[in-house]
Amino acid sequence: MGHLLAQLPSFFTYYNALFLVSALASTFALTAIGCGVGLILGFVIAVLRRTQARAAAPLRLSLIVLVELFRRIPFLVTLLLVFYGAQVAGLNVSLFAIASTSVCLIATAYISEIVRAGLDSVHPNQWDSAAVSNFTLLQTLRLVVVPQAWLVMLPPAFAFFLLFLKDSALASQIGVVELTYAGKVLNNRGFSPVLSFGTILVLYFALSYPLMRLGQRMEVSLARPRHH
Amino acid sequence: MQYTFQFSQVTRYIPYLLGGGLVSLELAFLAFCGGMVLGLLGAIGKTFGGPVLRSLVRGYVVFFTNTPQLVQVYFLFFLLPDAGIILTPFMAMLIGMTINAGAYLTEIQRAGFLSVRPGELEAAETLGMSMLQQVRYVILPHVMRTLFAPLSNHYILMVLGTSMGAVFGVEELTGRAYSVNAETFRSIEIFSMVGLIYVTITVLASALLAVLGRVLFRVRMKVI
Repeated sequence: MGHLLAQLPSFFTYYNALFLVSALASTFALTAIGCGVGLILGFVIAVLRRTQARAAAPLRLSLIVLVELFRRIPFLVTLLLVFYGAQVAGLNVSLFAIASTSVCLIATAYISEIVRAGLDSVHPNQWDSAAVSNFTLLQTLRLVVVPQAWLVMLPPAFAFFLLFLKDSALASQIGVVELTYAGKVLNNRGFSPVLSFGTILVLYFALSYPLMRLGQRMEVSLARPRHH
Repeated sequence: MQYTFQFSQVTRYIPYLLGGGLVSLELAFLAFCGGMVLGLLGAIGKTFGGPVLRSLVRGYVVFFTNTPQLVQVYFLFFLLPDAGIILTPFMAMLIGMTINAGAYLTEIQRAGFLSVRPGELEAAETLGMSMLQQVRYVILPHVMRTLFAPLSNHYILMVLGTSMGAVFGVEELTGRAYSVNAETFRSIEIFSMVGLIYVTITVLASALLAVLGRVLFRVRMKVI
């Protein structure tokens, strides 16, 4: 305990704090980019999976396979596949780009399932009456389905955002300078592991806990009775 | 792109990798069982405990569900040797995963407790059932029907989570892939194969769990 206290003044310096804050921002950016793209692509996939044209059957099948693959491959393996894949393809991209691409991939797969459940939660009668009113697919989605379905989709999507925030810690394995990597750097500089990783744990908590509370409040306020 | 794929160099490692898959399943299973016990205690504490116990359990759950498992295991991995406890990577990962799973499973099991309505317990008591009979015929079937699907989902997530063990040198599927990679340098081939093995074992595990749930608790679950 004594050596911990002795290290404190040299640990909490201005430059270490700056380093930690920029690493925290990097963790957040990684997750936000991944989830933003994942939300858009996941929505597109969920809508395409609802199409019924026979010609689109191979597309639907390949989307199902794609989604199931990325839901059942660990994030670390996805990350390494993108990493070595970029190398093989001769792309000269930053490690941050590789990590955010990997988060995009898993986020797309998981979020498309959430969106699918959300779209399914809207009663079939609503889809049918929109079709009878001669709405196009886009109009049906924009005017009828999404205004009802987003209430169902938001809370789980938020929970997955927090899940990816924590999964992004694995990006430290390929050398992306995010929060966990910062902890490793500080530890390698000779600070006690309890101090460096303890600080990292607290910072993750400080980022994730307010977001979790926000999600819970959203869930409560959205859980109004809905009538079909 | 001038890369030529050479899967033939990697195929002879398949049995070795599959063995790693068994280690992954074993690690996930042991951590899940430990997590279930911790989670049960946590859920009991949170549902029936006093204010102090409740806030302790709440602190445990909130802290471990809001920080990454990787950093938790890092912490353990470096903290325990300081305290004079030297564990194998497997044990360190197992302890880390167990504590982490305990937090998630506390929340899941508490939801199961809440799904038993007081009226049902009163009815069971009125029928003259003993405490054990109440657990066996009223509480357990009811709780398991609510909990089986979320518990199986969490188990599958834990199987995927074992890949983190590779970081600490655990000889599970991803860990073995690291060593094969260091020998052959056929990264893409190895990791795509490992990805397929993960897909295969989790689909098999999901299917097994779906059958189990159907037979034991009459729960309907989708595999894909």
